[in-house]
Amino acid sequence: MSWSGWGLAFNFLIFPGFLFSAVVGLVLTWVDRIVSARVQYRRGPPVFQPFADLFKLLLKQTIVPDGASKTVFLLAPMLGLAAMCLTSGLLFYVNFNPQGSFVGDLIVLVYLLGLAPLALVIGASASRNPLSAVGASREMMLYFGYELPFLLALLVPIIKSGGAIRLGELIVAQQAGGPFLYSISGVIAALIVLFTTQAKLGYVPFDMAEAEQEIMSGVFAEYSGASLAVFKLTKAMMLFLLPLFMITVFWGGFGDWWAILKFLLIVVLVVLMKNTNPRFRIDQALRFFWFILGVFGIVAVVLAFVRL
Amino acid sequence: MSEEQKSTKTRRIVPIGPYHPLQEEPEFFKLIVEGETVVDMEINIGYNHRGHEFISPELTYDQIPFLVERICGICSNSHPLACVLAIEDCAGIEPPPRANYIRSIIHELERIHSHLLWVGLGGHFIGYNTVWMWAWKYREHVLQVFEMITGNRNHYAANKPGGVRRDISKEQVPQVLAALDLAEEKTKLLTNAVLDDPVILGRLANVGILTKADAIAYSTVGPTSRGSGVPWDVRKDDPHAAYAEVPWDRVVFEEGDVLAKAKVRLLETFESIKIVRGCLENLPDGPIEARIEEIPPGEGIGHTEAPRGEVFHYIRSDGSNRPLRHKVRAPSFMNIASNVVAVRGGSIADAALTLAAVDPCYCCTERMAAFEDGRLKYTWNDLLKLSWQKTERLREKLK
Repeated sequence: MSWSGWGLAFNFLIFPGFLFSAVVGLVLTWVDRIVSARVQYRRGPPVFQPFADLFKLLLKQTIVPDGASKTVFLLAPMLGLAAMCLTSGLLFYVNFNPQGSFVGDLIVLVYLLGLAPLALVIGASASRNPLSAVGASREMMLYFGYELPFLLALLVPIIKSGGAIRLGELIVAQQAGGPFLYSISGVIAALIVLFTTQAKLGYVPFDMAEAEQEIMSGVFAEYSGASLAVFKLTKAMMLFLLPLFMITVFWGGFGDWWAILKFLLIVVLVVLMKNTNPRFRIDQALRFFWFILGVFGIVAVVLAFVRL
Repeated sequence: MSEEQKSTKTRRIVPIGPYHPLQEEPEFFKLIVEGETVVDMEINIGYNHRGHEFISPELTYDQIPFLVERICGICSNSHPLACVLAIEDCAGIEPPPRANYIRSIIHELERIHSHLLWVGLGGHFIGYNTVWMWAWKYREHVLQVFEMITGNRNHYAANKPGGVRRDISKEQVPQVLAALDLAEEKTKLLTNAVLDDPVILGRLANVGILTKADAIAYSTVGPTSRGSGVPWDVRKDDPHAAYAEVPWDRVVFEEGDVLAKAKVRLLETFESIKIVRGCLENLPDGPIEARIEEIPPGEGIGHTEAPRGEVFHYIRSDGSNRPLRHKVRAPSFMNIASNVVAVRGGSIADAALTLAAVDPCYCCTERMAAFEDGRLKYTWNDLLKLSWQKTERLREKLK
């Protein structure tokens, strides 16, 4: 794979960018739905259901509310989607070519992952709906909440690999010395990232930004048709990319077939956590991220310094 | 809140309604918020006038229980029960003991399924869909019992003036008891799961507090008042049916928050199971109805403890086979008003939960509302004029 124009376009749009991660992500939302259904004594949908839902949404009319800023309202979903396509391209590229990527791609990835909630906030704020505004402010607060422990947790692999901020170097270091997960600081950091994954996905217990029971889907309240479909697709891709990111950074990269099992394990863990918890209030979530996970993050960093 | 503070923060309105997104019934709660904090709330009802009190005087006494059964789909035994109690009070007759026992059995089974329904909805409101699905699955055992002994999962049509319409046979008793054992076991499991979950406790405790003074001031009834330390329960305070003859305890908690209301409902489920067991074991023999020859002129009242609180029916008779006036007071009408004090100071997330915690039944509450936002909307003459105009429009169409 080269960094030439056509190669980049292929990388971004077909594999592993848009098309591949969208298909895998939609299949994973089916896994989410079927596991949820089994936990709740239901049958669950057939495997093509997420695809059918998506195509139905794409065919529906898109309504822009009166007084909303039309351009921003419609471009915001695309921002999140583009960020996720780039994330997918980057993650796959470094997993198959650990030597290939550029310095600082870990930092770029952290910001790309942050663009998805930002897209939600922008879109919801542009829609001029009071419920969306509440949802947007919650999403923003949640983002500030989980970003601190998330960054602390990401310091652990950086310290363990001797100051590498290139994903490729992290993978190489893990292939040489074993995954970072198999240490005390690694376990703590991975757990923090797992909770953050839950929050980034907007799953219970951190789904207060779109709480349908309180603020009627909040950030999504005014979205319909294709623009809603793009948001749903972005979420589906995140369900694929965030566990992949976790494996890349903590669990030895996507080197062998075992990685698929590890990957499914993380997805099922996320789904089970979603189904065995009620929703936090936003202030409780902030307290949880800053004062509990934040402290654990600092502990993990200290432990990583003393090579535990 | 002082004037100075008001000006520093912008107030916005977060609407819940006019069509509730979750309970799918017509109501309108206007939450007035500053940021995420609810500072005040306005309640508007009256989107769906159903006219039961108007239809009732046009029906005979035999038909009225079937009408009032349709007031509510969940507490569809409490309205007919209160209604036939009012008719019997007016006629001055006592139903036979076996009928009283069967009435208590049906009424308590209804309470079990209604409370389990609320637990499920409560779970859904805090985003815990697993509790929702599990509670409704366990509720299914009770609905099957209903289908067996009354022929219907809901709308049991059990009551008639003077007694009940269907007997419980000897063969059915062990089957009902077996189903009850199953329901009790599963409900215990659910209760422990709900009351031991630290995140659920974190969401419910100290949320939407209704103090004892407010509970009395707003005349709240049922689990809403019993969660605030007001022990009023019609089954104990004015025993009807077989409630005085079987052992059971009232469940009262002092805290007044959402958790206390949830606890009241969950623990009351076990008391209801106790009552049904006691009734089935001591079921007396004899007829299931007393014959009513005629209803003399006069008036009668009947009230009973519905799952949501006291249901009150008033009947006035002129000696014919139809009532002159039939008045219904449903429990949710009293309870929903208390939300105004309970939501103040909480967040929006808490408000949605607090509004659901009184187990509101909007179809009981819906009625013609003459006032909206403190202004008189229609007078009697306005309504007449509107009605004439509509008739004219319809006539135009028919031409």
